[in-house]
This record gives sequence, C-alpha cells and structure tokens, in this order.
Amino acid sequence: MSKLELHNVVKCFGDNTVCDGINLNVDQGQMVCLIGASGAGKSTLLRCINLLEPIEDGEIFLDGEDISFPGLNPQSVRSKIGMVFQSFNLFPHMTAFENAILAPKRTKNLSKIQLTSEVEMLFERFDLAERMHNYPDQLSGGQQQRVAIVRALAMKPEVMLFDEITSALDPQLVGEVLDVLLQLKDQGMTMVLATHEMQFARQAADKICFLKDGKVVEEGSPKQIFTDPKRVETKAFLSRALK
Amino acid sequence: MKNNKAAGITRREQYEQKQRRRSILVAALSTIFVIVTIVIFVPMTPGWEKVQKSFFNGVVLSKTFPKLLNAFTVNIMIFAWSAPAIAVLGLMIALARDAKSPALFPLRIFGAAFTDIFRGVPVILTVYLIGFGIPGLGLPRPWNSPFIWGSLALILTYSAYVAEIFRSGIDSVHPSQRSAALSLGLSERQVMRDVILPQAIRNVVPSQMNMLIALQKDVSLLSFIGPVEIFRQAGVYKSLFANFTPYVGAAIIFLIVTIPATRYADYLMARQMRERR
Repeated sequence: MSKLELHNVVKCFGDNTVCDGINLNVDQGQMVCLIGASGAGKSTLLRCINLLEPIEDGEIFLDGEDISFPGLNPQSVRSKIGMVFQSFNLFPHMTAFENAILAPKRTKNLSKIQLTSEVEMLFERFDLAERMHNYPDQLSGGQQQRVAIVRALAMKPEVMLFDEITSALDPQLVGEVLDVLLQLKDQGMTMVLATHEMQFARQAADKICFLKDGKVVEEGSPKQIFTDPKRVETKAFLSRALK
Repeated sequence: MKNNKAAGITRREQYEQKQRRRSILVAALSTIFVIVTIVIFVPMTPGWEKVQKSFFNGVVLSKTFPKLLNAFTVNIMIFAWSAPAIAVLGLMIALARDAKSPALFPLRIFGAAFTDIFRGVPVILTVYLIGFGIPGLGLPRPWNSPFIWGSLALILTYSAYVAEIFRSGIDSVHPSQRSAALSLGLSERQVMRDVILPQAIRNVVPSQMNMLIALQKDVSLLSFIGPVEIFRQAGVYKSLFANFTPYVGAAIIFLIVTIPATRYADYLMARQMRERR
C-alpha cells in the first residue's frame, strides 16, 4: 500500500478545471517531484492534498484512509501532512521559535518543556539555532524558508508537501534550502514537491510526474523522464526548461 | 561625462538645491502675507473690539480656566470607561459579522443590523434617545443616571465604527497567512486568535487612534442630557459673565489633548506606510 494515493482527483475553480483526473502514488520515504509549466496544476494539487482546497471528484488516501471524504474534520489530516509555501508565509508578529511552537502547543497535549526542547533541536539540526529568536523580517529569504520547514516539521508530519519553495529566493540562497530537502530525504521523509529546479529533481527525486493542463502526462524515474521522455509534451517542456 | 560636478556637488544636487531655496522663499513670503493681512485687516473690522472683549477676554479666561480644567476631568472619566468598552464591543461585533457557523447566523444578522443602525443615526440623536429614553422607564437610582446611558449611547455608536475598522483590518491580512496556519493543523478559531487578529489589530492602530480622538470630542455631546462636563461648564460661565471667552478656553483645553494625540496618530500612520513601502 502506498503512503499517499490519489485517485482521479478533479479540482475546478468555476469553469476552469485545474486538476483534471489526477492519479498519483507516493510510497513511504519516497520523494516525488511534480514538474510542468506554471498553471499546470502542481500547486493546486498540493493544496488539495492538504485539504486547503476541497476537491470536486476523486479520492485521496493517506495510509489507505480516505482523507478527501466530504465533511471530514481536516485538522487531524493536516497535522499529519506538513506544507511549505513559495512565499514562506511565516507569521510576521512572532519570532522564528514562536512560529514553530504555535501549532504543536495548540494541538498537542505535550508539556511545554518537552515541546521547547524538541523544537530547539529542530532549529539546531537545520543550523538555525542562532536565528531562533529573530523575527521573520530580520532573516534572509533562505533562512525564512528553512524556518518555515522547521515550523512544519515541528508537528512531526508523516508526509511533507513543498510548493515551489525556492522560486521566491535569490539564486545564491536556493542551495541552502535544497540541502534541507536532501537531509529530510536521508531521514526517510515522504515528500511531494512542486518544483522548477530541474537539476535538483533529476538528482534527488525517486519519481518525476510531468503535469500539463491538470493531467499527469507522464511519470517515471528521473533517468527515464530526463533522458528518454516518451511523450512529445514532456520532450517539448524539458527542452524549454533545460535550456 | 567629466564635468558634471561643480563645487563638489553633482548638477542634479545643484538643481535640487535651487528648487529647495525657491520653495522656501515662496512659502515664507506667502505666510507673511497672510499673517500681515489678518493682523492689519481684522482689527479694522467694525465689530472687532466687541469680539475681542467677548471672545478673547483675558480676565474672564484667567477666572474660568481652572474651573474648566476641573470640569474636563468629567470628560476624561466618561472617556476612560467608554473607550475600553468600545474596543471590546467593537471587536465582538466585527467577529460576529465574520462568523461562519450556521448556528451563529443570528449573530451575523445582529452584527450587520447593529452597524447599519448606529452608523446611520447622528450621535446626538442616539444620545438623546438612549439618554432620555431609558431613564424614562423609571429606573431607581443610580440606574437612571445620565452618565450611564449617555456613555452607553457613545459606546454603541462608536462600537459600530470601530467594528468596521477591525473588519477592514482582518481583511488586510493576506489569505496566505490563513492557508499557512490551517496547513499546520490549527482550527479556524485558533487561526483567527493567534495569527489573523494580532496582525489585523496592529494594522488598524492608527485608524483606531483617530476614533479615540473623535470620541474624546464627542463626550461633550453628553452635556445635552445632563452631566456638567467642560462644554456645559463653559456654557454656565458664558451666562454668568455674559461673555464667550469660556468657550475659547474650553477649545484650548481640547486642543491641548487632541493635538498631541493627532500628531501621534499621524506618526503611527506614516510609520506604517514606510513599513509597507
């Protein structure tokens, strides 16, 4: 059984069908990269998995349990699925540490001491200990995004979703954030990424899915997709993206 | 471009310096012109001496000013208990209007009706209707006090405005903040309390400061239903001395409070604009 399974997921905004029957399997510990042009439906798909957008049709399974069932309380699902956004979305009125501790403090019955030491360890692990008590506007973009990752990890999620998390960064800051992803992969985190970082996807992903117009056009190993794409659309996209 | 520097400054700076000098000169000249006109021509008007005696009378001012200050403490008292009540009620109305649960639908309707009614009726009318109407029910002392019902009228009216400002503050927080907070597994309530409201309130502090200043002035409307606050007290002295100077004294006292407050609100507003860039 896959960790995360999507069956025929359909999402529309008005007349605009953004996800048009998407199937996707993500195994435990796998890193899956969604690639494709802007507007292909990558971000929306991630938001659907995290139940930030209700889907029109289809099912989403986490550990075999249908989490897309209408009327289900999304809170317990979201605490198992972490998400990191393109624009960081840190809470500007809280320090990095307060950002990270808010959700576990509110949703888990843990002692404050235990929580504090756990979260502090996360900051240390990702080389942010010195920045822990800074406010977001005192941090560089790369640091902010790493804090956002720590914030999501503080909930101890089973799956992590990353929505183009390096797209808003200066080129020299991209590396530090991608390093964090590699670290998470080594630790066996199950991850789904929407990304424009083709080199990274090629090196780090276990599986690549190419999306176009809300459909998965082609999926396969990075080697197969990048060196021997079967579909013309994939070829055309890659030749543009790898230029 | 070698010769773009003269006397150690660029030609751009040179130009701007010239422009600056010019505008300072023009501003000074026009200010002097206006002041001279007022100083020369106003005293030449036929009624000036009478106006001076009845509005700017130093003797009357020095006699009444301390008493006016004393009466102003009544304004401060009414202000001091109304302002916190307005903040709390305003926030509650704002939250009620944004309530999503169907069980809270009546609350939403109530919130909308509340803001429509109290923004739509002149403050003085509300003060009259509540201030005379409710004590008219024959309530025992101290529940027939015009202080209580007059303050309530102010609280209701101002809460309606303050609620709308809070709502605009809530709308000003970017939806991505909500997404991020929800994605962490927080409930709608927690998202509102911990993430949206703190930012919303911070965003509307300058606007709310302006409401406080307006409230400070409108406390005087309560004089129409009884309490002897500064405006009423000034009226008493006007009759006593047959002289309008006490009103000028009252205006001075108001300005002593409101000018610093207005400046501070403007400063907060300017700082916020800078932060947003």
